Amino acid sequence: MERIYLDHAASMPVDPRIINFIKPYLSKAGNPSSLYDFGQDAKMTIEGARKKIVDLINAENDKTVIFTASATESNNIAIRGTSLRNIKDGKEVLCSAIDHISVINPMKDLQKNGWIYNIIPVDNYGVVDLSKLEKLLSKNTIVTSVMYANNEIGTIEPIKKISEIVHEKGKYLHVDATAAAGRIPIDVQKEGIDLLTLSSNDLYGPRGAGALYIKPGVKLQSIMPGGGQERGLRSGTENVYAIAGMGEAAKIMKNEMKTESDRLTKIRDKLISEITKIDKSYLTGHPTQRLPHHASFRFSHIEGESILLNMDMYGIQIATGSACSSKTLEPSHVLIAVGLKHEEAHGSMVMTLGRSNNMEQVPKIVKAVDETVKRLRELSPLT
Amino acid sequence: MMEVKKMPVYSKKVMDHFTNPRNVGVIENPDGYGKVGNPVCGDLMEMYIRVENDVIKDIKFKTFGCGSAIATSSMVTELAKGKNVDEAMKITRNDVANELDGLPPQKMHCSNLAADALQAAIKDYKNKKKK
Repeated sequence: MERIYLDHAASMPVDPRIINFIKPYLSKAGNPSSLYDFGQDAKMTIEGARKKIVDLINAENDKTVIFTASATESNNIAIRGTSLRNIKDGKEVLCSAIDHISVINPMKDLQKNGWIYNIIPVDNYGVVDLSKLEKLLSKNTIVTSVMYANNEIGTIEPIKKISEIVHEKGKYLHVDATAAAGRIPIDVQKEGIDLLTLSSNDLYGPRGAGALYIKPGVKLQSIMPGGGQERGLRSGTENVYAIAGMGEAAKIMKNEMKTESDRLTKIRDKLISEITKIDKSYLTGHPTQRLPHHASFRFSHIEGESILLNMDMYGIQIATGSACSSKTLEPSHVLIAVGLKHEEAHGSMVMTLGRSNNMEQVPKIVKAVDETVKRLRELSPLT
Repeated sequence: MMEVKKMPVYSKKVMDHFTNPRNVGVIENPDGYGKVGNPVCGDLMEMYIRVENDVIKDIKFKTFGCGSAIATSSMVTELAKGKNVDEAMKITRNDVANELDGLPPQKMHCSNLAADALQAAIKDYKNKKKK
């Protein structure tokens, strides 16, 4: 049975070109902090990777990017690092209702320690409510965090507008670009972004690397003191081969962005038009302002974990925001934020496309979804 | 050295009952009917029984819920079919989970409602009989 992988938001295969690229670095010793020759080789490798990240997001210079071990780490450094460093200017933080848990939880943690934490609501498509954002901002708001695009519903946020509003009253805008980077153009300078989070694996790079862009002049402090690597903001010996791979991944994603995004958009649109033909099936997220590789749905009267298990029997891997597949047994906060009732959020299905997907797979996917929905509805007392 | 084995979230038996659930459907004018759960929480089960001389002759279910909700519903119908209602009343959530070779710990409470649905149907039967 052909396996059709449609859960690229969860984990991506590493690009074979990147595996080849990083192979030499796997066996090499060399601490970038060591002064002898091959220590400096490792340092050069990291600096090379840094330039490629700078290039992907059009950052000002090489000093603006630090490497971390994951997007979660980047989000934590961005939020806690700036909040703690700028405590004299205020103790307020803000994030969108659909931001990632690795943004929400550091903010909740600050709240426990005396910060004011507010949530910016979104509309039914998941777009941040700009007038509410304006109202929630104050001169004490140190960090406002809004993700570039959402991983569960694919909606792209109007970052430039958000940036303008944030900078009228508040201090810094942090943007989690994990889902968006390499898929749609990002320009941190034009869009007025102060801090931006990236993940290696979401660019087909190896796991174990992430990056944080920090605009020149943004003040933040270390949240994990140690040897002072990465401008003192992310101590710990650098993961040289993962960082090298992340840089190369960023380069390839940038070069191939237009072609690959155009290709995936066509597949995405076909999936959306076919799957929404199913009775009582609905698109979640924005119909047009959405990531090129992202198709997400909900089906009335059935439950997402069952959809996932049933699709797996066809060799197709999808994701769901159902409570039953989460550790907390709560439905996805994103689906609740866009106004779905709990029973509606339980019936969600997320497909995130990648290089292994093609148009020929669409009829198989659609047939599997159709049969899955039919079978589970036959079992359901709600139909 | 201890070997680390790949442990699927669900046992083969759970997947078998999820894939080929037994006794799906409804019984018209049932002798007993039970409904437990709530779609808001993600699980809803309906159980129908036909009883002759206090023996469960036929049983059907309909379930909205996750894999374990469907599998436990199916399993409980197998366990109850042919049993005297008093015996069937004694079937517990643990019995159902054990017959399925276990359930993930977080599923033991939320999705393991099938025994409750069966008991509700038997209670309904007994109430009707009194009248």
